Amino acid sequence: MGVNLRTKYLGLSLENPLVVSACPLTQKLDSLRRIEEAGAAAAVLPSLFEEQIEHESAELTKAHEFGTDSFAEALTYFPEQDDYRAGPDSYLEHIEKAKAAVSIPIIASLNGTSEGGWVRYAKLMENAGADALELNIYFIAATLDMTSEEVEARYLDLVSAVKDSVSIPLAVKVGPYFSSMGNMAKRLVGAGADGLVLFNRFLQPDIDLDEMETSPHLELSTRFELLKPLRWIAVLHGRVNASLALTSGLHEAADLAKALAAGADVGMVASVLYTQGIPHISKILGGLTEWMEEKEYDSVEQLRGSMSQENCPDPAAFERGNYMKALVSFTGEAI
Amino acid sequence: MSEKRFVTIDGNEATSVIAHLCNEVMAIYPITPSSGMGELTDAWAAAGRKNLFGTIPHVVEMQSEAGAAGAVHGSLQAGALTSTFTASQGLLLMIPNMFKIAGELTPTVFHVSARSVATHALSIFGDHSDVMACRSTGWAQLAGGSIQEVHDMALIAYASTLESRVPFIHFFDGFRSSHEVNKIQILDENDARAMINPDRVWEHRRRALNPDSPKLRGTAQNPDVFFQAREACNPFYDKVATIVQQQMDKFAQVAGRQYHLFDYVGAADADRVVVVMASGCGVVEEAVEKMTAEGEKVGMIHVRLYRPFDGKAFVDALPKSVKTIAVLDRTKEPGALGEPLYQDVLTALAEYGGPAARVIGGRYGLSSKEFTPAMAVGVFAEMAKAEPRRHFTVGINDDVTHLSVDYDPSYSTEADDVVRAVFFGLGSDGTVGANRNSVKIVGENTPLYAQGYFVYDSKKAGSVTVSHLRFSPRPIKGSYLVSKASFVACHQSIFVEKLDMLSLADEGATFLLNSTFGPDEVWDSLPIETQEQIVKKKLKLYVIDAYEVARQAQMGVRINTVMQTCFFKLADVMPVDEAITHIKEAIQKTYGKKGGGTVVERNFAAVDGALAALHEVKVPNAVTSKFHLHAGTSGNPPAFVKDVLGTMIAYRGDELPVSAMPVDGTFPTATTQYEKRSIALDIPIWDENVCIQCGICSLVCPHAAIRMKAFDTKYAEDGPQEFVCVDWKGKEYPGMKMRIQVAPDDCTGCGVCVNACPAKNREVAKRKAINMEPKLNHLEVERRNYDYFLGIPDMDRSQVKADTIKGSQLLLPLFEYSGACAGCGETPYVKLITQFFGDRMIIGNATGCSSIYGGNLPTTPYCVNAEGQGPSWNNSLFEDAGEFGFGFRLAIDQQIEYAHGLLKKLSSQLGDALVSGLLTNEGRTDEEIAQQRQMVAELKKKLAGVDDPDARHLLASADFLIRRSIWSFGGDGWAYDIGYGGLDHVFASGRDVNILVLDTEVYSNTGGQASKATPRGAVAKFAASGKQGRKKDLGMMAIAYGNVFVGQISLGANPLHAIKTIRAAEAFRGTSLLIAYAHCIGQGINMTTALNLQKEAVACGYWPLYHYDPTDAEQPFHLDCKDPKGSYREFAKQQARFAILERSKPEEANRLEKLAQGDIDWRWEFYSQLASMRYGKNSNGQPADVQEEAKEEVN
Repeated sequence: MGVNLRTKYLGLSLENPLVVSACPLTQKLDSLRRIEEAGAAAAVLPSLFEEQIEHESAELTKAHEFGTDSFAEALTYFPEQDDYRAGPDSYLEHIEKAKAAVSIPIIASLNGTSEGGWVRYAKLMENAGADALELNIYFIAATLDMTSEEVEARYLDLVSAVKDSVSIPLAVKVGPYFSSMGNMAKRLVGAGADGLVLFNRFLQPDIDLDEMETSPHLELSTRFELLKPLRWIAVLHGRVNASLALTSGLHEAADLAKALAAGADVGMVASVLYTQGIPHISKILGGLTEWMEEKEYDSVEQLRGSMSQENCPDPAAFERGNYMKALVSFTGEAI
Repeated sequence: MSEKRFVTIDGNEATSVIAHLCNEVMAIYPITPSSGMGELTDAWAAAGRKNLFGTIPHVVEMQSEAGAAGAVHGSLQAGALTSTFTASQGLLLMIPNMFKIAGELTPTVFHVSARSVATHALSIFGDHSDVMACRSTGWAQLAGGSIQEVHDMALIAYASTLESRVPFIHFFDGFRSSHEVNKIQILDENDARAMINPDRVWEHRRRALNPDSPKLRGTAQNPDVFFQAREACNPFYDKVATIVQQQMDKFAQVAGRQYHLFDYVGAADADRVVVVMASGCGVVEEAVEKMTAEGEKVGMIHVRLYRPFDGKAFVDALPKSVKTIAVLDRTKEPGALGEPLYQDVLTALAEYGGPAARVIGGRYGLSSKEFTPAMAVGVFAEMAKAEPRRHFTVGINDDVTHLSVDYDPSYSTEADDVVRAVFFGLGSDGTVGANRNSVKIVGENTPLYAQGYFVYDSKKAGSVTVSHLRFSPRPIKGSYLVSKASFVACHQSIFVEKLDMLSLADEGATFLLNSTFGPDEVWDSLPIETQEQIVKKKLKLYVIDAYEVARQAQMGVRINTVMQTCFFKLADVMPVDEAITHIKEAIQKTYGKKGGGTVVERNFAAVDGALAALHEVKVPNAVTSKFHLHAGTSGNPPAFVKDVLGTMIAYRGDELPVSAMPVDGTFPTATTQYEKRSIALDIPIWDENVCIQCGICSLVCPHAAIRMKAFDTKYAEDGPQEFVCVDWKGKEYPGMKMRIQVAPDDCTGCGVCVNACPAKNREVAKRKAINMEPKLNHLEVERRNYDYFLGIPDMDRSQVKADTIKGSQLLLPLFEYSGACAGCGETPYVKLITQFFGDRMIIGNATGCSSIYGGNLPTTPYCVNAEGQGPSWNNSLFEDAGEFGFGFRLAIDQQIEYAHGLLKKLSSQLGDALVSGLLTNEGRTDEEIAQQRQMVAELKKKLAGVDDPDARHLLASADFLIRRSIWSFGGDGWAYDIGYGGLDHVFASGRDVNILVLDTEVYSNTGGQASKATPRGAVAKFAASGKQGRKKDLGMMAIAYGNVFVGQISLGANPLHAIKTIRAAEAFRGTSLLIAYAHCIGQGINMTTALNLQKEAVACGYWPLYHYDPTDAEQPFHLDCKDPKGSYREFAKQQARFAILERSKPEEANRLEKLAQGDIDWRWEFYSQLASMRYGKNSNGQPADVQEEAKEEVN
């Protein structure tokens, strides 16, 4: 008897618990097809960055306006085009093409900067046919005057505004940098998140010592990074009424098994596909099946959350922040 | 008759609409002010817009107007309906083909936005000298006055040419009509179909060359028959006027507007009649209407069909009562008995009888000189005199030959119910765009008629724009500037102290001022003259801090929509709420399609924030200001500069009399120093503790506004208190001090120097050795410092290591403070070359950006050193700078030969040592040049006072004995396209001419049309879908001659290479070609960081650096850069020229990008092989002529 890998994520019924997270691979139809062939259950498209769209639009406008109407011989410098595929057009087109190219669910991803932008683009993505929407929220509160409450309120307002405007399921992908991650997760779900994707990884500025300039840096994830989301998935499982997805550091079958055991509905991969190739998806799924068979798990449902904080033998392990001497108990529970 | 549809468009568009409908092929070439027509039809064709025949016209850019005319001729001969658009010199280049086209009785219409032909000076503005030069070509000429007429005459011309087989010039006034926006009733496809007879189209096709029914044209004929054959066309010409009138009558049926060959307006019993054509007609008509209403017996004739001139129709149009006729010509024909229209009128009267009237002829409006109803009234007054001038001018003060008639400038025909508005703005603040939009809003959403005309100054950076708008319940006929404005807006507070804006304000007008001063403070910020006019004319004053509204809306410096909203609030043209709705619609239309949700929102916010920030100012009854307007020159200029150029700087050039002008177009150089525009907000401030004294900042400055000097310590001690200097760090000049100094009033604030500065502050990495800081915090100190800095003597040139970056920057630039764009990529090359050779340079400059910033009045940037030496400059044409420079060479070589002969002849008197020194010194180094100067000075001393013809001749030629540096400057439009033939001939000559191609890869000066230098994949006008072919390799074409020194350089990528290559090219005793990467606004780039792009261009192989030195027998071709690394894509995506295509046609952009990368790879492989090959064993590696010269040198 085979293992039942089926799972549900954001209300979507998936063949298995492995989803390809937002990355350039899902930008190309060809690789999307290969992702489906390799067995991934769903794919998240790369994020549409509102900031980038607005920047490009502003730049396009500036390019057409810069230096114009200043000198009688050169009142303009560029021919106006009939149409520009500026703004979200090409992204929306990609959603449609992706939906046509593969049969697995397609989750659109959005990173906005303004409330108006989030809502506007979310609706457009829904209209373009996305099966679900992932809000990729990161906000670096570099100003020293903004309180954590204000930051949190910003997240919550956003989620609730988008939730009000679309009817497809809504996942929220956030970073771990909240004073009370659990409480924040609960409030995000309260604001309308149908699922939480833990955690996104930020671009970090590096310093170029030759030029004494900053240079943006984003490394592929390592397996070590798995542990952070693993902890929070375990903590949240059973306590929030939302799907949970683990992302960051999931590279091998064992990582997926851990994610599921901690309580994730799905695990997401991206970095490992760059080092191992898209076919690695089937290896992970094969490995998971093998392990589950070996351990005599019938289904993902059975495995899911079996090692959550609630269900694991040592719940305190998920609360421990540092090494300390083992707390030895000299007496039994009842004398 | 189809339903009336009104649109608000300019004359170029009004023409293009018809041309696009009526043609199958258009062969074009950009020239101001006609470029807009070609651009529109090209854009429409790219968007799939069809003509009357259901096909999309082919719009093809050629290499010159001559090429365009050739292509038109060919296309016509092959049976397509074909046209072109041009003006001025462009039309003149078409003349040979025009004779052919007419001689072959071929129907076509050329649309000409008539422009001055360059004479003593170039002018881009309008008059009829170009079309008048075509009178003998055999073309009919049909003129349009108002924009409606321009539109209508275009269609009548097509109908008439097809009926008559005689080709037509359809012309209208450049700028005044081509660029005036006016509300017109637009003709549509049905109207055009009703006018164009398909039988005639088929006949045209049947006449085409066709191998199935072969025929031959273009024979060579001999004295036996040429004459008779030339007369054979007469019957066709005899019918033209009748045909045109028939088509005008037909047009009246179709469109409801009746025209005649000559339309008379005025009193039926007029005794004075003015004859005029094109945009001057509306002006005279306004005057006639007012004068006749006042009972005067005056009238005027609109000349519509100028050629063939129907004398009978003209005479018939005249009232029999006429006693005096004044014919106004918008052209000048020196030496003629009178101007052309005048002569035609005289001939018509002589041949066809008519009233016995006295005829006088006058010139008006040359180069778009204002022509107003007041001037027309002045002409009528002259006509009323007992003995009026037989020949006169109007609109100027001719105090030399006293031809100008007087007029009362205060006379006005403006009606009270016409809103007349003027707006003073900066090019960069969007004022013109907003006003153009306002004209459209009113014209297309109210019953009012609307007119807009926009005036620009001669600078490309910080240019002032003045918008003239009229809104009237009646059609607006008069094409002239607003001088009695009911609304005056100042969009930039910096104008308050410089411009006399209120001289244009009518009594009781509204004055809207954008100022950071609030309603309670703003009065004190106004100069005496402004306050006086506000009080005297009882103006209503409003103030708004539009900067703040724009800032809050995150709109930066774009205050246009804020001011536009206030205009609608105050001007009472339409309800402001309605106007705001339309403004927002326009914003959505403009920015929405570019994906700009935020851009749209910000503009909306600016509009919404405007009215709350608008305040009426309580105007005191008396003038309280303590300061005056300041306009004109700065410093202590010579009298001519102060009086003449200063008046032009103050925007009062119209007031200058004829006597103030040089008679032959000769102007002094070194005059930009007296025009302190002070346009920068931030300027670079030197941090001496961080500076590594590399000189890069000075090298890259486009305006010579940051400089480096090394000097004796005594100058450090005597300077102003803040004049900080440091020790010179290098070993070259021990014990000397140095300083980097900004010219605070000449800097444009582009920031190129700071971006290029390689020295970073160790404590605060974002700070460099120069940092942009608010000008006002440093202005007074840096003014003092710069004055002192300029007074410190420059280093002895012979002591300077000029072939280093910092050495080069110790040489005085002899090109400074030009009107080029902030951050210009061309001018640093020009400046650098003048640093090396300026004291002995002659420059022949092709028309284009470099001739405009080099020679556009009022002031000129080429300047002089302490000895008064500096570049001497002239601009011949767009197409002939190579030949022009070559001509310099011929003359100079001839003069040198002559001087050498005289030296030898007089050697006994002059001394053998001096003569031999002068004969043998070739002036190849700065030291040799210094020796030449010394010897020539000695020679002149010896020759002075010698009473001998040879001595006098030698004295006159002595200066030629100092080696002159001959240069041809121009852009890629010249070198790759229109001037290539001549350039090629100069290459072939091998003569010592240095050619600098400032390669921006696009026609920059005329607004971004594609040239053959435009790279594959770049979007440009005439390449709206991306340039398909790859860039022409000009360098390789020159290298193919073998004896041409060629260098491809990039100041941003490798300044030292640029310096060495420029110096080697100049030292080479044959033809040299330098192709310089010049970044440009037309590429759609960040001008501040553009030098970084140049680095990337070289690094990715897009712009390989190389030089080919024919004297290097071993290996003349040297690749001077490393193997490409990095991708072309990364380089390209930072530039709008490539990025626009990616946003509009991504698949095509991707295809072209791959091809472009292929071009780079292919070229690199080819160059690499060239650089590694051994040159001909048998020829000793050098072309024969180079070997010969080398031998001569050895001997």
